Amino acid sequence: MVGTLALYHTSVGKKILMAVTGLVLFGFVFLHMVGNLKIYFGREEINTYSEFLRVVGYPLVPHEYALWAARLVLLACVALHIWAAYEVSRQDLAARPVGYAQRKYLAATYASRTMRWSGVIIGLFVVYHLLHYTTGTLHPRFVPGDVYGNMVIGFQNPLASAVYIVAMIFLGLHLYHGVWSMAQTLGWRSRRSDRLWRGFASLMAVGITLGYISIPIAVLLGLVR
Amino acid sequence: MAIETPTPPARVPPAEWELADVVLDAKIPSGPIERKWEKAKFEMKLVSPANRRRFTILVVGSGLAGASAAATLGEMGYHVKCFCYQDSPRRAHSIAAQGGINAAKNYRNDGDSVYRLFYDTIKGGDFRSREANVYRLAELSVNIIDQCVAQGVPFAREYGGLLDTRSFGGALVSRTFYARGQTGQQLLLGAYQALCRQIQAGTVQMFPRTEMLDLIVIDGAARGIVTRDLVTGEVRSHLGDAVVLCTGGYGNIFYLSTNAKGCNATAIWRAHRRGAAFANPCFTQIHPTCIPLSGDYQSKLTLMSESLRNDGRVWVPKQPGDPRPPNEIPEAERDYYLERKYPTYGNLAPRDIASRAAKQVCDEGRGVGPGGLGVYLDFSDAIKRLGVERIRERYGNLFDMYERITGEDPYKVPMRIYPAVHYTMGGLWVDYYLMSTIPGLFVGGEANFSDHGANRLGASALMQGLADGYFILPLTVGNYLAQAKLPKVDLDHPVVRAVEGEVQARIKRLLEINGRRTVDEFHRALGRLMWDYCGMARNEPGLRYALAKIPELREEFWQDVRVPGSGAELNQELEKAGRVADFFELAELLALDALHRDESCGCHFREEHQTEDGEAKRDDERFAYVAAWFWNAAGPPRLAKEPLVFEYIPLAQRSYK
Amino acid sequence: MRLILKIWRQPGPDAPGRFVTYEHNDVNPHMSFLEMLDVLNQQLIRKGEDPIAFDHDCREGICGMCSMVINGVPHGPQRATTTCQLHMRHFKDGDVITIEPWRARAFPVIKDLVVDRSAFDRIIAAGGYISVNTGAAPEAASILVPKTDADRAFDAAACIGCGACVAACPNASAMLFTAAKVAHLNSLPQGQPERYQRVVRMVAQMEKEGFGHCTNHGECEAACPKEISLDTIAQLNRDLLAAALKGVRA
Ligand SMILES: Cc1cc2nc3c(=O)[nH]c(=O)nc-3n(C[C@H](O)[C@H](O)[C@H](O)COP(=O)(O)OP(=O)(O)OC[C@H]3O[C@@H](n4cnc5c(N)ncnc54)[C@H](O)[C@@H]3O)c2cc1C
Ligand code: HEM
Ligand code: HEM
Ligand code: SF4
Ligand code: F3S
Ligand code: FES
Repeated sequence: MVGTLALYHTSVGKKILMAVTGLVLFGFVFLHMVGNLKIYFGREEINTYSEFLRVVGYPLVPHEYALWAARLVLLACVALHIWAAYEVSRQDLAARPVGYAQRKYLAATYASRTMRWSGVIIGLFVVYHLLHYTTGTLHPRFVPGDVYGNMVIGFQNPLASAVYIVAMIFLGLHLYHGVWSMAQTLGWRSRRSDRLWRGFASLMAVGITLGYISIPIAVLLGLVR
Repeated sequence: MAIETPTPPARVPPAEWELADVVLDAKIPSGPIERKWEKAKFEMKLVSPANRRRFTILVVGSGLAGASAAATLGEMGYHVKCFCYQDSPRRAHSIAAQGGINAAKNYRNDGDSVYRLFYDTIKGGDFRSREANVYRLAELSVNIIDQCVAQGVPFAREYGGLLDTRSFGGALVSRTFYARGQTGQQLLLGAYQALCRQIQAGTVQMFPRTEMLDLIVIDGAARGIVTRDLVTGEVRSHLGDAVVLCTGGYGNIFYLSTNAKGCNATAIWRAHRRGAAFANPCFTQIHPTCIPLSGDYQSKLTLMSESLRNDGRVWVPKQPGDPRPPNEIPEAERDYYLERKYPTYGNLAPRDIASRAAKQVCDEGRGVGPGGLGVYLDFSDAIKRLGVERIRERYGNLFDMYERITGEDPYKVPMRIYPAVHYTMGGLWVDYYLMSTIPGLFVGGEANFSDHGANRLGASALMQGLADGYFILPLTVGNYLAQAKLPKVDLDHPVVRAVEGEVQARIKRLLEINGRRTVDEFHRALGRLMWDYCGMARNEPGLRYALAKIPELREEFWQDVRVPGSGAELNQELEKAGRVADFFELAELLALDALHRDESCGCHFREEHQTEDGEAKRDDERFAYVAAWFWNAAGPPRLAKEPLVFEYIPLAQRSYK
Repeated sequence: MRLILKIWRQPGPDAPGRFVTYEHNDVNPHMSFLEMLDVLNQQLIRKGEDPIAFDHDCREGICGMCSMVINGVPHGPQRATTTCQLHMRHFKDGDVITIEPWRARAFPVIKDLVVDRSAFDRIIAAGGYISVNTGAAPEAASILVPKTDADRAFDAAACIGCGACVAACPNASAMLFTAAKVAHLNSLPQGQPERYQRVVRMVAQMEKEGFGHCTNHGECEAACPKEISLDTIAQLNRDLLAAALKGVRA
């Protein structure tokens, strides 16, 4: 056990932690997107889904208990993910005190080089997002329980939609490198399976980004009212 | 560019030597050859394990010989200090060896044995090496492979998981173990890792970027070295109970060679000046398949594996100075000179023979490429016969390397090759226990005069370095320490102070000359002289000319060299200057040795002594001995002769017709 | 050929450095990059200036000593090629070439283009070996190694320890170097007994030296003159995770 914990003293251990928490978060954003797409099936469908999330597990566990459990897991993952990202970023910045006058990248992608920024943007976005659709604090006419209505009204504001669209593009970038990187960090990737993982990561990044972005766009275009 | 035989300068200085009045005792154990090493081991005095850490052993060099010796001595419990001039012990020149390492494992059941390896090495060395040493080398070759495999050296394997071997350098048995084209690298990394393990364990202290500049001899025994820290410039002494030099060969005396740029003779030359005999300095090996010069800025020559000669055909135009590109020269106007002269072996003639033949055709003005110093190695017939794919499979990486360096595509135009200096069989004289003529000074690897006689067989240097380092030195050094009664010395000892002072003074002098010519200019000039007159073929007037020229050039060097910067910093010009200064002194001894050895043997080819077919003609009556030279500050070098007795392998003439 | 060279000059470890521009009119396309610098140095010495210090030894691409960042890429533009094996025919007349040392906290500059890479030796010393004393080895043929394993080990063992991976990595991480040795030894049967301890110790030392962490940029693999594969890093990660789960400690 002590040995296992000692892993966290190393950057590789932190990296593994990021990959594991990243995997959970990746699973969440995927399912969350799938859930959100129910908006295309009408008010009834998505509102029932939202209600389902709150009653799931009942009567085995009390109302909203399962939801809170999931929220706690997510929160823990986000916290650990960010903590590890902070730690390794600090280490990286210290590792090269004098930079290059000229730099040419051969393999590093825009996505891999901007992980820190895309991560921070996602983090800020989530805060805004929670205040927007979960607590309703930043929402003009928030109706608890009417997810459908909240979203339609929320996205009718082009500024709010723009925030979502930009954030989702960064999420896509984060996932494009993150999912592939996770496979490498957990030791699943090899030269032979590289194209498979690259393909999977690209598919997920593009699919998730487009899936999410479609909603504000559909609202703005008046396709979802 | 033919080299004319020079007319000696008007006043020929007497190229003389004196006979030393010492008898060199090689301390070869008595008894049958198969039992000698066992007997020696049994008779050795041992140091008790608890006492070992009280002895400090200074190992200079971290190549195959040095790293393996330092690691093993550390494992045994001695306190070891190890030095190298590179930034890491892993970069010693052994890293560059490509071909492989011999061992008499007989995994192929092709009739190999310790005795056959012994026989081949003696014969290959043209009967100028010591039987007892060579037998021991063949014996230990077997243990080397075991040790290296256990360390994780990734030797080539067959599909069944067993070790693969190949035949190499004209041997008729398949006894060469290899790791792709990077055998030296993998063996060295094995030794380096073992060394690192001891560094971690605290038994070995490593001093990288540290150059040995002198040897400290107190009361007749080697007790320390003076080094310069190449980063800070600090000159200091390290004292110990024994000194082991494994500092590699001196091929760079020719400026252009296949050696790494930093390879030098300084450690052994300084030891020589302190009393260690230098044996057979003129035995230098030339490798026939190197990439030729492309211009006068050239800094080194790159070796390409000899295996190329298995499928390539060597030729030059019949017409001297033929200006046409190779593909436009018709068959009838090409001279496949190796096939013509040596119908049996053809393009596979041994190294020295192939090298000399190339020089000869170039001297006739038929050489190709820049400066006319090259011959073609043509694969077009092989490509026609086997197809491009087969050739790519066999030599792809070599072809790539050739193209990277020359920018020419060897699949389309013939390669150009030329011989280059590759290995030095000469070195400090050692007895059977690898101890030099200075008690407590041991020498291993290419730095000693070695077991290769007048010619080293392919894949045998790696074997010798590791035999010395893993299996011989650790025992013989202990044997010495168990018997030597060494007084305590400290850094304030007057001899230590004096040697340090001499080193400081030399550095100061080099820095103060502030002349007009760079170190490289002098090194190039020396190299050219050595190559022209003490290279592949030598003759008396040429050697006398060199003997007159070298001191002249050396004088100019000390008058006119410019070494910028100071001694208290990283100063690569200063490093080079010190090394070149020592090459100048060694060069003279090399030429003198070549002059005195009035016979041809192995790589030492005196034009006066050849058979009708142009092969080396030995003179066993007069020269079946090791020439061990002693430094003489007051006069000419003193020569001691260690007679070579061949009890097991009868003296015979080599023939490769 | 004529070239403009912008070269990092730094007189000593603690002295400030700067770029100095040199015009080089004496470049032959057949020269190697280092020979090009040799010629420049000869000119500098004759002019009474301090020549440019750079590390080099074998000039055959195997010792790993040469080390410079050329136009933003360690070892320059040609893939799978060390600086010493790079030839000037890959440049054009009139080119401007920027030459810098490896940049990493763990590789402090000693002078000009020369850096201190002893951190690599300490990583190896921490566990990059198989513990077998001289003489204790079993008969070589008693250890069978499937050819595929041997080849995989060899691919990793080809590392020359040059440090280009660190220089190339945007995080100055030494993962590829460390992983290459882990993958070499951990792929072989001889390396199994120390497999987990080795990886834990080597990684711990790597951390101590002040390298950055690995974000899987893949720059290292692209810059590596020996084309060491990122697979080695995956293997290191796997083995480290397994070691941690087994509770193996340094
Ligand atoms: C291109 C090439 C290919 C070869 N291929 C083969 C082959 O296939 N098979 C084979 O058997 N042999 C081969 N050889 C020969 C063989 O590689 C060498 O003879 C052998 O490796 C020498 O090992 P060594 O330990 O004696 O010296 P080296 O490996 O040269 O080591 C010398 C050590 O001494 C140190 N040193 C030197 N001078 C000083 C000083 N003044 N102060 C401090 N330290 C110093 C250096 O830093 C270095 O660590 C090849 C040689 C060359 C050049
Ligand atoms: C939904 C939210 C997020 C998901 C799905 C996610 C997913 C991932 C994944 C899968 C990885 C790859 C891990 C690996 O290579 O092993 C990763 C890496 C990273 N994440 Fe996130 N992440 C999210 C949010 C964040 C946030 C909020 C931050 C920071 C503030 C962040 C910062 C980073 C950084 C810097 C990396 C690179 C770490 C590295 O590989 O060195 N991420 N992320
Ligand atoms: C266009 C994109 C998105 C839309 C339309 C959207 C929509 C919503 C809505 C409507 C809710 C409230 C659900 C409810 O209360 O039942 C919600 C909750 C949430 N969303 Fe999103 N979301 C989007 C993107 C994201 C992204 C990218 C993340 C994470 C990185 C995220 C994280 C969350 C979280 C954490 C909650 C709170 C869940 C809870 O605990 O109740 N969302 N989202
Ligand atoms: S992994 Fe490649 S780049 Fe890194 S040190 Fe080894 S050879 Fe050099
Ligand atoms: S470039 Fe750096 S981030 Fe990792 S994959 Fe290579 S070490
Ligand atoms: S000088 Fe040896 S690899 Fe470049």
